[in-house]
Amino acid sequence: MCVWLIAVEECIDVEEMNGKAMSLAAKHPGRIGFDIEVFEQFLSGRREADWITAARRDAFEKYTQLLAQELPAEEFKRLDLRPFNAELFRPVSDSGELEAVSALLGETSDYGGRIVHQDGHAVEVSGSDQLAEKGILFGELQAMLEQHRELLEPFFMRRAVSPDADRFSAWHAAFWTGGTLLYVPRNVEVELPLHSLITSTRNGVADFSHTLIIVDEGARATLLEETASADADSAGLHVGCVELIVERDAQLRYVQLQNWNQKTWHFAHQAGVVENNGTLQWTVVGLGSRVSHIHQDINLAGRASSAEVNGVTFTSDRQKLSYYTQQHHQQQGTRSDLLYREVLRDESRVIWRGMIKVDIPAQQTDGYQRSDALMLSEEARCDSIPGLEIEADDVRCTHGSTTGRVDQDQILYCMSRGITRNEAMHMIVEGFFQEVYDRIPIPVVRDTLSQTVQKKLGIETLAADVMSADDEEF
Amino acid sequence: MSSVLKISDLHVSVGETPILKGVNIEIRQGEVHALMGPNGSGKSTLAYALAGHPNYTVTRGTIEVDGKDITEHAPDERARLGMFLAFQYPVVIPGVKVADFLRHSVTNVRNPDRREGEGLIGMREFRKELRSRMTELGMDHEFARRYLNDGFSGGEKKRMEILQLAMLQPRFAILDETDSGLDSDAVRVVSEGLARLSGPEMGVLIITHHERLLEFNAPQFTHVMLGGRIVETGDAALAHDLHANGYATVRARHPEAAADEATAKEVVA
Ligand SMILES: Nc1ncnc2c1ncn2[C@@H]1O[C@H](COP(=O)(O)OP(=O)(O)OP(=O)(O)O)[C@@H](O)[C@H]1O
Ligand SMILES: [Mg+2]
Repeated sequence: MCVWLIAVEECIDVEEMNGKAMSLAAKHPGRIGFDIEVFEQFLSGRREADWITAARRDAFEKYTQLLAQELPAEEFKRLDLRPFNAELFRPVSDSGELEAVSALLGETSDYGGRIVHQDGHAVEVSGSDQLAEKGILFGELQAMLEQHRELLEPFFMRRAVSPDADRFSAWHAAFWTGGTLLYVPRNVEVELPLHSLITSTRNGVADFSHTLIIVDEGARATLLEETASADADSAGLHVGCVELIVERDAQLRYVQLQNWNQKTWHFAHQAGVVENNGTLQWTVVGLGSRVSHIHQDINLAGRASSAEVNGVTFTSDRQKLSYYTQQHHQQQGTRSDLLYREVLRDESRVIWRGMIKVDIPAQQTDGYQRSDALMLSEEARCDSIPGLEIEADDVRCTHGSTTGRVDQDQILYCMSRGITRNEAMHMIVEGFFQEVYDRIPIPVVRDTLSQTVQKKLGIETLAADVMSADDEEF
Repeated sequence: MSSVLKISDLHVSVGETPILKGVNIEIRQGEVHALMGPNGSGKSTLAYALAGHPNYTVTRGTIEVDGKDITEHAPDERARLGMFLAFQYPVVIPGVKVADFLRHSVTNVRNPDRREGEGLIGMREFRKELRSRMTELGMDHEFARRYLNDGFSGGEKKRMEILQLAMLQPRFAILDETDSGLDSDAVRVVSEGLARLSGPEMGVLIITHHERLLEFNAPQFTHVMLGGRIVETGDAALAHDLHANGYATVRARHPEAAADEATAKEVVA
């Protein structure tokens, strides 16, 4: 049975605009992507196994084809990419001088291991030796692929994200550098969370970092990843890829906190594959970037597999964040539960297009998706479009979305108790996200999000309240 | 010196529609006033106007506390001056825990000069205080961790209003039908609670359609509102009489206000 909760908002169609962008691109192909010269120059700076280079060449060929085609309309028609100019960005062959970029999740908790990337190159890996004692592989992707080709090649850009999904995945497959690999062998548990920090420090850098996580049968792990820019003004491009593979009976918790500066273009393909009885808990946080588009696939490939997906998005200024999420139920008894919450300030914009797909064999499926947006200004704009594509007949799928503004009665109620208007806004926004926080069982993530949201709301000192005095729960 | 809340010639409109047409009431600390009147006569409008609700525009007249004109004050400033409204329809604040909300609120009201972002009152003492107030009102301590009014039953919401009143200890409390929607045990708890909380430091304006709350909190003054005006003021006996006999005789005594009442209904309809 399908239930429509609330359908909202018409969408503006920028297909026409993107059409114009295509004709512009035909005149200046360098504006939308990289040509063969950039690719050859990139390759000349690489030192890597031949099979990796060969795969890049294949991917680049696909990329060139895809670049000549329009982007899939349903996914991109609401996103205006005309201002994008690829000519301003190039990959770099080294990490540059090491810069301390302050991480949000970084300093706050004890991690079992940590990897840091700067401008597309790994600059720090810690904890991998202890992890290796349990057979866990944790480290820089290229080195790991070369050392463990037999184990890892079947996964890398094969099980979760395919290079030929669209121009961004192909672009990534041709140009990826650096990256994080986590492989957890059968029945092994990674007790402490692992941390991955991806930073951008120089103007004009194109960063193609990759995250590949494989949690083998019965294993468990948690990885917290965040992206950050060293300063507010360096323009950046990030074409990323996240692959999460959860084998049967395995469990993975993965958090990605995207906090690029507002001069950064962020495109990513992110996909999770969950096998029999596996569970994936996936939290996507979008705070930064100028424009971002995330294609998120949740593939419930095994019987009774399940996924919980949380989204926390807070935009301000003229940011535009776009999500295309797909919960794909492929087998019987699978469960997915997606909850996105978005808060929009100023003239920012959020697009969420969500799909639940249920294949014929996926009977007794339970699919849920919901996106709620809270608008803090008249100029902010949110398009949320849930959708269903169901081929099985014995399923329960519910979806819906709401968009609303801060309720003046709530403000008045708070104020009538001595709380200022600002404080009331803070409380209400915080409360709006709380339902998602409640689903995230990792205290450091909850606390970090709460503080970060408070800061972005404007009054920095208020964030101190969260940590104030005796810092205790009631 | 006891404080006084003085409402003079108060005219209030919602949008373009005038609702209150010259209300005069003076409440001193320590006094209990009852405000009665048929549905739609403007009681809640008065309550909201006193709280500073932005949709209720004062077009004439003043609200003063100890001679200080607060007609233009923001709602939070009024709260810091000791005003409190127990809402007829308490608002749900999703995701905000009762304890966090009240800790903020209590901090601001007790330290009226506190600026945004400055420290909150200590959790330990706050927790102790909140728990004992909850016990007195027969509330499960678990409520402190719940989201404010979220999923609360009608009666639970009303009790939450009284809990807030107990924590904030205002100088002037306006209770808008805090007794409706409560079962008889709860009415008793709330009535006794209010009786305990009020006393010489608090002036109370009780808006009610029932008698129980007034039994425990005998009003020195009963005001009757009709068509946006106070048409009669008496003592506890008047409240009793209205409960027993309804508003027909009041309407007969004040045909002009009764006529206003009729037109107001048409405008709304
Ligand atoms: N926000 C509003 N918008 C439109 N009309 C309003 C609004 N608030 C109050 N009114 C109108 O003003 C009049 C007085 O309403 P009010 O709520 O003050 O009555 P009341 O005396 O509290 O009634 P009750 O006993 O039913 O609670 C009514 O006719 C009502 O419809
Ligand atoms: Mg009322």
